[in-house]
Amino acid sequence: MTEAILEVEGLHKTFKGAVAVADVSFSLRPGAALAVVGESGSGKTTVARMIVGLERPTAGRITACGHDRSHPPRSVRERRRRGGEIQIVFQDPYSSLDPRQSPATAVDEILRLHTRLDAAGRRRRVAELADLVGLDERQMNVLPSELSGGQRQRVAIARALAAEPQILILDESVAALDVSIQAQVLNVLAGVRERTGVAYLFISHDLAVVRQVADEIVVMRGGSIVERGPTAQVLDNPRHPYTRLLRTSVPGPGWRPARRATRKETQ
Amino acid sequence: MSGILDIDHLTVTLAGEDRPKPVLSDVSMSIAEGEAVGLVGESGSGKSMTVRSIIRLLPPGARMEGNIRVRGVDLGTLRGAALRKMRAEMPVIFQDPRAHINPVRSVGDFLTEALRIHRRMSRAAAEDRAADVLDEVGVSEARRRLRQYPHELSGGLLQRVMIASALLAEPRLLLADEPTTALDVTTQAEVMAVMDELRRERGLAMLFITHDLELAAAICDRTAVMYAGRVMEVRASASLLERPLHPYTAALATARPSIERKVDRLTTIPGRPLSAFEAPDGCAFNTRCAHVRESCREQRPELRTLLDGQVACVRVEELQAVSHD
Amino acid sequence: MTATSVVRARAGARAGRGGLGPLGVTAATVIAVAVVLAAIGPELASADPNASDFAHAYGPPTPGHPLGYDSQGRDLLARLLTGARTSLLGPLWVVALGMTAGTAIAVVAAWRGGWLDSMVSSVLEVMFSFPGVLLAMLVAAVFGPGLTSAVFALAVAYIPYIARLVRSAAVAERHKPYIQALEVQGLGAFTICLRHLVPNLLPLLAAQATLFFGYAMVDLAIVSFFGLGVQPPDADWGVMVASGQSGVLQGYPAESLLAGGCIVLLVVAFNVLGERLSDGRRVHRPWRLFRRGGTA
Repeated sequence: MTEAILEVEGLHKTFKGAVAVADVSFSLRPGAALAVVGESGSGKTTVARMIVGLERPTAGRITACGHDRSHPPRSVRERRRRGGEIQIVFQDPYSSLDPRQSPATAVDEILRLHTRLDAAGRRRRVAELADLVGLDERQMNVLPSELSGGQRQRVAIARALAAEPQILILDESVAALDVSIQAQVLNVLAGVRERTGVAYLFISHDLAVVRQVADEIVVMRGGSIVERGPTAQVLDNPRHPYTRLLRTSVPGPGWRPARRATRKETQ
Repeated sequence: MSGILDIDHLTVTLAGEDRPKPVLSDVSMSIAEGEAVGLVGESGSGKSMTVRSIIRLLPPGARMEGNIRVRGVDLGTLRGAALRKMRAEMPVIFQDPRAHINPVRSVGDFLTEALRIHRRMSRAAAEDRAADVLDEVGVSEARRRLRQYPHELSGGLLQRVMIASALLAEPRLLLADEPTTALDVTTQAEVMAVMDELRRERGLAMLFITHDLELAAAICDRTAVMYAGRVMEVRASASLLERPLHPYTAALATARPSIERKVDRLTTIPGRPLSAFEAPDGCAFNTRCAHVRESCREQRPELRTLLDGQVACVRVEELQAVSHD
Repeated sequence: MTATSVVRARAGARAGRGGLGPLGVTAATVIAVAVVLAAIGPELASADPNASDFAHAYGPPTPGHPLGYDSQGRDLLARLLTGARTSLLGPLWVVALGMTAGTAIAVVAAWRGGWLDSMVSSVLEVMFSFPGVLLAMLVAAVFGPGLTSAVFALAVAYIPYIARLVRSAAVAERHKPYIQALEVQGLGAFTICLRHLVPNLLPLLAAQATLFFGYAMVDLAIVSFFGLGVQPPDADWGVMVASGQSGVLQGYPAESLLAGGCIVLLVVAFNVLGERLSDGRRVHRPWRLFRRGGTA
């Protein structure tokens, strides 16, 4: 078994006394795809934000690519190095891009930060990244307001990949997309992983999407992990009652919604 | 043919920035008494606009052609009090309950207002009635909830309050516009269960708008698929999912990942969903369809009766024959 | 002329889409004409604005002197045109200084949040309690009257108003995913603010600058009216309203009326334009709301 590229141990987070994340541990192997599944309030997004450094853990350790990142970076160099290790794509395609910047400029800005490529080299790399996520030259050179939600999300993915991170966190990145667009972006994600070997930490509430993307699953509820294992095993034979409830709540052929609480008889 | 709701050749055009923007184009459908019909589509398909047209809640400058009849009464002829009365009889449950409930008034005020004003019930009687209905939609401690304010309730609970308020109007037809989209899956399952159960018990008809084909199919008798402001296919739910006739329906069903198994790559539809104002000549789906022929670009296919429903595609028979070989 | 040129560029862009409306376009035109006259006006005027000729005191219009003379026999048109320059440059400096300082404070507070943000908010609260005009007069009284001290005092007095407004917009912007994505990339806070955050606040800043320009004009005129701003014999509309007072009593209201009219016209124009600009910023096409609502 190869060494983990991302190791999260005993992660805790409290917001003004309220526990958001309690004792969460997991690890991600290079090139693997791990899904963190849960509903609102499960703490899954807080875990993602702590890993990229947008929130500070109350306790616990986060190690990525051999470096500790439980504390804020101490230098400009360290901050930049972290940026080159883990990147994130958010949920809302409409606010994920600077409205005043074309996709090409946005990607170029990241390349300037993380690489020593000259202008020609950066242009080549921008074209490569555009090709990777399936955007054409025209789309790379207009303002985000002229792009659809799916196209914007591809730009966000390209921008995240510009630093050649080893880990890409996808925080509900396909949840806001239309079904036909979601399928396109999921295929792009599959292609990107095959071509670059980047590892995914996939934060989602959607079990069907998780099945398509992830090798392994961690199920969270109320800030803690309730079940973990290979995707197929967890979804086909859920052991924890909550995982079972999640599984049976998904509409599908022959699905009938059933009330959990027994209805009190009146009259 | 006269059901509880009949929509006939409905075309809606909004006032655009420089020219009028069509949002619905020749939409026809009907709902029988006690029947649940799902309306499924992606962004811009016009599914929400259909509901807004029914309750006549269109943005200023909108133009409506065709007609909508509720139990035979043409809504276009109603004005003032008659229109308000008709609206009250077909309540809408919206996606975001928080946006449709006054945050500074208690749940009790919200639920009993109509009863006290329109039915002249006493406060006590109205509260009894509201508590009963809250209980029916599975809200525990109904009496206490009446004293609470919207911000004290979770999204799922608040959506049940909205359902309760809809039921208090004793409607024959319920309009639901993505009522569970903002909710977690487990909450969605419970809210859907409540709606489904009450609807059956009371024999309510329902128009259920959603982007989730499988959810619509699971709780509706029939499902209509919309694209670019048009109805592409209306069929009995089970057969629509099992054997979609229209290429768009089929593509939509396969584009959605399955919880049962992983595939190497999902079958995608190229391009993005179009709105009515962007739709090409002929079939609106012809720019994305894998089975497009010259004839699809020339003439707009009519919705025609086939098997257990209606389909708007000229190549249905050919394609079905091929897929069964 | 940075502040006004930004405003005018935006005004032009919106006018094309009919966003300003006829009133907004009129306001923008009035301002543009005033700016042009202030820039080239003194060269246009045939007479020397400070040359007095008591023989013509309160004199009626004559050829070459279309607006007549003031109490000291100076050409009114020449004084109005020269006064335009100080009357516009003063507020411009107030707005430029106030907006720069206010925006900087607001962005730093919004970015850092926490105790720094609370402290800045408290300091601003205290500053709110000083009326701008009084502060300007106080400063002028202590450091000697003159346009410079009035401009500085007013700029400081405007900071809390500007900072409070910009802060709430900056806080909203700071928590948008695109800013956070740049943070995760490892970009420095200063770079993110300068290259991304502030540029995205520009429409708001332009609208506010326009509104504050109008306020600053009135406030500076008041200060000058009381003799603590621009010093005679330099022409300034506020000074002219004041020096025209004796004329009003003697039945020659031209000086006060003309200068006062110019102030009112421009202040109204700036307010209308500022309001139109901030309205335009908030206009959402109903379309988008529906389409977003339908998205899964």
